[in-house]
Amino acid sequence: MSELETKKSERSAAAKWSRRGFIGAGVLAGGALLIGVGVRPGNPVGKLAPLVAGGEGEQLVNSWVKIGADNIITAIVPHCEMGQGAHSVLAQMLADELDADWSMVEVMQAPTDGSYIISDTARLFAAPFTMNAADWLEPTWDGLFTQLGRLADVMITGGSSSIRSTGQYQMRIAGAAARKMLVGAAADEWGVPPGEIVTRDSTLIHEVSGKSAPYAQFAAAAAEQPMDSSPALKDPKNYRLMGKSKRRTDIPAKVTGKADFGMDAKIPGFDPADLSYAAVRRPPVPGTSVTAMDAEAAKNMPGVQQILNMSSFIAVVADGYWNASQALNAVTAEYSQSKSPIKTTADQFAAFAKALDDAGDDGGDMAASRGDAASTFDNAPTKLEAEYKAPFLAHAPMEPVNCTAWVRDTDEGAKCDIWTSTQVPLMARSAAAGALGIDADDITVHHPFLGGAFGRRLENDYVTMAARIAKATGYPVKMIWSREEDTQKALYRPADLSRFKGGLDADGKLVAYNNVFTQRHDPAEASVPGIYNIPNTSVRVAPAELHLPFSAWRSVDHSQQGFFIESFIDEAAHAAGADPLEYRLAMLGDNTERHKAVLEKVAEMSDWNAPRAKGTGKGVAIVESFGTVAAELIEVDLTSGKPKLLNVWTATDAGYVMNPDGFRNQIEGGIVFGLTAALYGEIDLVDGAAKQSNFHDYKMLRMDETPAIEVAIINSGAVPVGGAGEPGTPPAAPALANAIFAASGKRLREMPFAKQFT
Amino acid sequence: MITFTINGEQQSLDVDPAMPILWVVREKLGMTGTKFGCGIAQCGACTVHLDGEPIRSCSMPLAAAEGREITTIEGISGEDGGINAVQEAWISEQVPQCGYCQSGQIMAATALLRDNPSPGDADIDAAMSGNICRCGTYKRIRQAIKVAAGIEQPSSEETAA
Repeated sequence: MSELETKKSERSAAAKWSRRGFIGAGVLAGGALLIGVGVRPGNPVGKLAPLVAGGEGEQLVNSWVKIGADNIITAIVPHCEMGQGAHSVLAQMLADELDADWSMVEVMQAPTDGSYIISDTARLFAAPFTMNAADWLEPTWDGLFTQLGRLADVMITGGSSSIRSTGQYQMRIAGAAARKMLVGAAADEWGVPPGEIVTRDSTLIHEVSGKSAPYAQFAAAAAEQPMDSSPALKDPKNYRLMGKSKRRTDIPAKVTGKADFGMDAKIPGFDPADLSYAAVRRPPVPGTSVTAMDAEAAKNMPGVQQILNMSSFIAVVADGYWNASQALNAVTAEYSQSKSPIKTTADQFAAFAKALDDAGDDGGDMAASRGDAASTFDNAPTKLEAEYKAPFLAHAPMEPVNCTAWVRDTDEGAKCDIWTSTQVPLMARSAAAGALGIDADDITVHHPFLGGAFGRRLENDYVTMAARIAKATGYPVKMIWSREEDTQKALYRPADLSRFKGGLDADGKLVAYNNVFTQRHDPAEASVPGIYNIPNTSVRVAPAELHLPFSAWRSVDHSQQGFFIESFIDEAAHAAGADPLEYRLAMLGDNTERHKAVLEKVAEMSDWNAPRAKGTGKGVAIVESFGTVAAELIEVDLTSGKPKLLNVWTATDAGYVMNPDGFRNQIEGGIVFGLTAALYGEIDLVDGAAKQSNFHDYKMLRMDETPAIEVAIINSGAVPVGGAGEPGTPPAAPALANAIFAASGKRLREMPFAKQFT
Repeated sequence: MITFTINGEQQSLDVDPAMPILWVVREKLGMTGTKFGCGIAQCGACTVHLDGEPIRSCSMPLAAAEGREITTIEGISGEDGGINAVQEAWISEQVPQCGYCQSGQIMAATALLRDNPSPGDADIDAAMSGNICRCGTYKRIRQAIKVAAGIEQPSSEETAA
C-alpha cells in the first residue's frame, strides 16, 4: 500500500478510535492500570491512592480526578508541562465533562508510576505501524497497547498529542464517568431517578425536591457506584469550558519566579547552600571517549570535591556550579579517534549527495508511489529540477540540560531520587535504573516544569550521566550543562538534502513529482505531498549516515519536509506562470476542504491581491501536521538588502480548539521557532565536532525582529482533533522563502537564509 | 566578605568576589527565580537590577555589588505585597509558555517602564531585544508592556477567545 493510501487509512482508523476509545475505557472498566477505576480494595488504583491522596477526607473517584472534602477538584494530569499548556487544558476538558466549578479546580502532575502510562499516546505513536492489524485484534487494542506502553515505558509528552490522546480519550471520559457516579450516588441517597438530577458548578441538584449538595458530600458513595466505561460525552453545543480561553493555571507562578523547573530542584533535608554541583564535559566528537585526563591543576581549586573520569564524560563536583565550571576549565583531556569519515559539513552533504546519486531516479526506499513519475517527467513540456538543503539544528531550550540525582543505601537496598526536566519521566526512570543496576521501582523521578524542550527532553542521556555521578559520590549532586555543552554535545534535528524533478503539462499543471532525500524519521507521512493531486508521484528515501545523533525536534521530519515540498510547489507555480496561492488551490486533491478553507482564509487576512510595495513580497505555504492544517502567509521587506519580517498571517484548522488563546500562543511560538530556524539555525561540523556554541553564533529571533503575527482558528469539526504544539512550525520557512522570491526573484533553496544576504 | 543589599535586606557573604551574582543568588541565597541561560550575557534569563539598572547577573561578579542594591524577581512585588502591574499584565496577556525566561523578561520590562512610562514599539525593541524567549512569546511580551503602561486595555478570558 502506498503511503498516500496509508495516510487515508490512518485517518479513517483514527476516526474510529474515538469509538474504540470508549471501549478503551475498557481501560477504565477492565481494571487495567492505565486509567484508574473507583477506589476499592484489590483494585489497582489502590496502589495509586497513596501517591495522589492529600488532605483528610479526600476521596479518589478515579485515578484522573480527585474530589476533596473542601469540594476542590484536582485533575491529575499525566503529561509534562513544558509551556504548551497541557496541564490547564486537560483539566479544562475533564472539568467540563464533570460540570465542575472551574474556580475550584486544581491541577496536579501525575506521579511517575507505571500506572500512569499514557496508553492513548502510545496508540497514536504506534498506530502508523500497526494500522493494518487484523480485525480480530480490535477488541484487544487496549490490552495490546497497554502491553506496548508498559514495555516502552510510555509516559510521554510529545507529538502534539496531549489533547488528542489523553484529553479526548481519557480526561473527558474520566470526567463524565465521575459525574455519572456522583449522580448515581445522590440518586440512591435521595431516592430519586438519576435522570432528575442535574449538575452545575460542582453541585448536585434535584430541582423537584429542592435538594442540592456539593460533589464532596457524595464523593465517598460515588466510589461505590458502578463505573461506566463509555459515558456519554458532551455535544460541543453544551461545552462550558472546552472551547473557551480559560487562563492557564501554571502562569501565576511563572511571573513571580516561584515556578520550579528542573534547574531549581531542592533536595528535602538539604540546605541549598550545602548542595553539590557538577559541571561536565563530553568528548567533542560523537562516539568517542575520554582516553586520558589531567586534573592536577583542577583538584586543588576552590570548592572542588571530586573529579571523575567516567570515560564517556568528565565531571567536576564542587560546592557550587561556578567553582565546578572553573575547575572543569582547568582539566585537560585526550579523546579517542572517531571512526566516522565525516569531519565537516561539506563531508556530511557529500555523503547525502552520494546516497542520492546512487539512488538515481528510481532507487531507494519507496515512501509514496503513484503513476509513473520518471517517464512523465521525461515527456513533460516543462521540466523543473531543484535541490534543497537543511542543516543540523540544536533544540536550545532556555533551560540548559540539567539533572539532580541522589543515590543512597537504605535498609531496603539502594534507592535513587531524580529531579529533572523531562518529557518522558518513566523512560528517565528506566534509564537511571539501567545506569545504576537497580530496580526501577527503587527510583523516584520528580519532574517539575520544563524550561522548554522541543524534543530535546525526550532523550535520557543526561539522566544517565547524573545517576552515574551521584552513584560515584554517594551524596546528592545537581549536574548542570553549560550552554556550550548543551549546544555542541546534544542530539540534533538532522541535516538533509532533497532533490526534486517536476514535470508540468501544457496547462502548467504539475503532473510528475519525483523526489528523493536521505532522512526519514517521523511522522511517516511528512515527506508525502498528499494534499495535492499529482497523478505521477515518486517519493523515495535513500538513507545516508548522520554524523550527529538524531533526536526529534519540534515537528520532526515536517521541519525539513515542509520547507522542501512547499518551496518546490511554489517553484512549480512560478514555472507555470500562476499565482502561487491560486495554484495551490487548483492542485488540491480529494478530501481537502479544510486545506482550501485555510488557504482562502489567509488570502483574505493578508489582502493577498492588494498591490504590493516595491521590494516587498508575500509568500504562502501550507502543511498538515499532527492532525492540524496550517497555512501561513508571510510578508517580507527586502528594501534594505536584508530580509525584514513584516507580517505573518496564519489560518489553522485543528478540528476543534479546546482553548483558543492557548492554541494561538502555541501557533505564534511555533512560527517564531520556524522563523528562527529559517533565518539563523545552523550547526556546522568542524573536525567532526559541532561548531556553534552559544547564542552569539547560534542565533535566535529576538523582539526587534519578530513580525506581527495574526492567527485565525477554523473549527471545522474534523475528527480526531489536531495538535497545537508543532503545526505552527513547518510552514514558516517555506512561506518566508517564497516571500523572499516574490520580493526579489531570489530563490533560496538552502536554510538558513540570513547569511545569504550579506 | 562582601556586603550588599538584596531585595531590601543587607547581606554579608564570604565567597569568591569573582563569582557571578547569578550563582550567589541562586545557590548561596536559595533564590531560584533568577535563571541561568547562557553564561555570557547573550540571553537575559539572568536579568536582575543593580541599583535599579537591569544587568546580566551571569556575567557580573559579586564584587561589583559591594555596597549596592540587588533586586531580583522575588523583590519586585507591588505596593500591597502582591504582584506588580507588569506581572499582572503578564497574566492578563497570558504571556509565558515554558516561563523559564520570563523572570528576566519581567525584570527588563520593569526597568523600561520605570524609565519610560509610555514606551513606543522602538523603545520596547531597544529595551527587550537582549532577552531571548525560545518559546517565541515576543508578541505577547510587547502587548503586556503596553497593557502595564496603560497604553492598551488588558485582555480578559472573554476577550481573549
